[in-house]
Amino acid sequence: MAALAKSSSALSTFAPMGARRLYIFGGIALIAVGMLFGDVFAVFILHQNVGQQGAALIEASRAVADRDPAAATAIFGRLGGLLEDRGTKVDAHVHMIDAGYLALLLALVQPYLALSQRTKKALAGLFIMGGILLPLGIFLIHYMGLAYSPFAVIGWASVLADSAGALLILVLVLQAWGFWKYVRSRQLSEPELPDEDSMPRRALLTGGTILVLLGFLHGAYYAGTQLYEHERMETAILQRLLDASAASNLDAASAEVNDFGNLAGARAVNIAAHSHIIEFGLLAMLLSFVQPFVFLSEKWKRRWVKVLLGGSVILPVFVLLELKLGLLAGGIADIGGLMVMVSLIGMLVGILRYSGSLDFAENNVAKAEAGERAR
Amino acid sequence: MTGSRKLLIFGGMAFAALGMLYGLQYALFVEHQTLDRMGGSLAQSFAAAATRNAGQSQAALKQYGETKYDYVRQVDAHSHWIGLAMLMIVLGVMFERVNFSEGIRRLVAISLLAGSALFPLAVILQTYHHGAVVFKALAVAGSGLVIAAMAATAWGFARPRTTA
Repeated sequence: MAALAKSSSALSTFAPMGARRLYIFGGIALIAVGMLFGDVFAVFILHQNVGQQGAALIEASRAVADRDPAAATAIFGRLGGLLEDRGTKVDAHVHMIDAGYLALLLALVQPYLALSQRTKKALAGLFIMGGILLPLGIFLIHYMGLAYSPFAVIGWASVLADSAGALLILVLVLQAWGFWKYVRSRQLSEPELPDEDSMPRRALLTGGTILVLLGFLHGAYYAGTQLYEHERMETAILQRLLDASAASNLDAASAEVNDFGNLAGARAVNIAAHSHIIEFGLLAMLLSFVQPFVFLSEKWKRRWVKVLLGGSVILPVFVLLELKLGLLAGGIADIGGLMVMVSLIGMLVGILRYSGSLDFAENNVAKAEAGERAR
Repeated sequence: MTGSRKLLIFGGMAFAALGMLYGLQYALFVEHQTLDRMGGSLAQSFAAAATRNAGQSQAALKQYGETKYDYVRQVDAHSHWIGLAMLMIVLGVMFERVNFSEGIRRLVAISLLAGSALFPLAVILQTYHHGAVVFKALAVAGSGLVIAAMAATAWGFARPRTTA
């Protein structure tokens, strides 16, 4: 309880079911679920999906060799389905995690929004709802298709996803309006977050900044040296595949399909490493702010920070190494992702303990006051 | 609240809303049609090759390449705008921990703001003029500004706390 007593404004910065609590709990939960979904997707769906794409391309080259345009077109209909299956799952993973990041971020800026507590709480509820419905809608696009849809190309799942996206935008615009009002009035609507200068906080802040910087440098290196070359290679490989298929040279066509798969793999690992290292860096920076609310011993707080930063380095590095080490590196990368998830859940447990202790203390004070009045 | 923090928080919120609005309009009015065109042109190139119509096959493959070029950049611009916006807001909240004078902090904030605006914009502009060197140069300049600002921020965090 001593940790709670440190801050006299503890309750006002973390009111029961207040906006900040909703954003922090909802944000961490969205990030953890989004990461779990990404890990399950990588292990059980991604590699199988890539294999099916390669098989479909080989079938298409056979159809070309057999002079069967109808079969080639039908195969691409199926390939489109495979790409949609993969794409919507990646998008659901990314959007759920990003909504979680935004929620944590909004938790930080609450004191600078000149809005009533009730409005802030309502906006927080709407934001978390949008953060759940947007990835859910994206996930369902592949399964619902255009069933019962009155539109030519947009299904009900897309409508759900787009509506949830619009809801998130609306909440953000209202928050920006609240911030504008604060800038004019210069009055904080609630106390700022505690300015604790602890080791876990400093490590997350510095480590996060370095991870983001490394991600930027890797992105710039990839864009400068490989991006355009990879784009040029894709159409060149497809052209050679078509030529080999038209010449009924199926061995050469298979080799081109293999090259196409390797190229897609090279692009995917570079983009995944770039985006994951930046996102983990941003996550570490965001989590540095919630450390005062993590009600765990200093030893456990440090332990979770080390696990989080360790996983944040292991995942992108081993994703990049997948090209050289294959599935072994993929497995180690998945363990890195799991480390980040476990540390997130560890911190969430600490925050739940903090809020439970705070609510318990508040109830005791209320009971004592009621007892005093009764006497 | 200092000017550099206001710049980062306001700028970040504006870019986040802009990036989301851009993504929403793209998803509603462009993306589905683009994906259909991309898949359709690739299918058409194989179907034409099956009828041994090399000219039509090549034209369809070229259209596939161009459509994909645009699609990748539209999605990249959307995600980079929002990602950079989040970074700006996070940094805005804690920018006083960057241990430089407010003048230098403002310079770093302006660099981050300008880079975050310029980089995704240059990426989108590339879809109007494929391969235009000027837009590639603008993208490089934008990302350079962001990287320089982040390096300065990391340095500022690492410095001992002397200024508020």
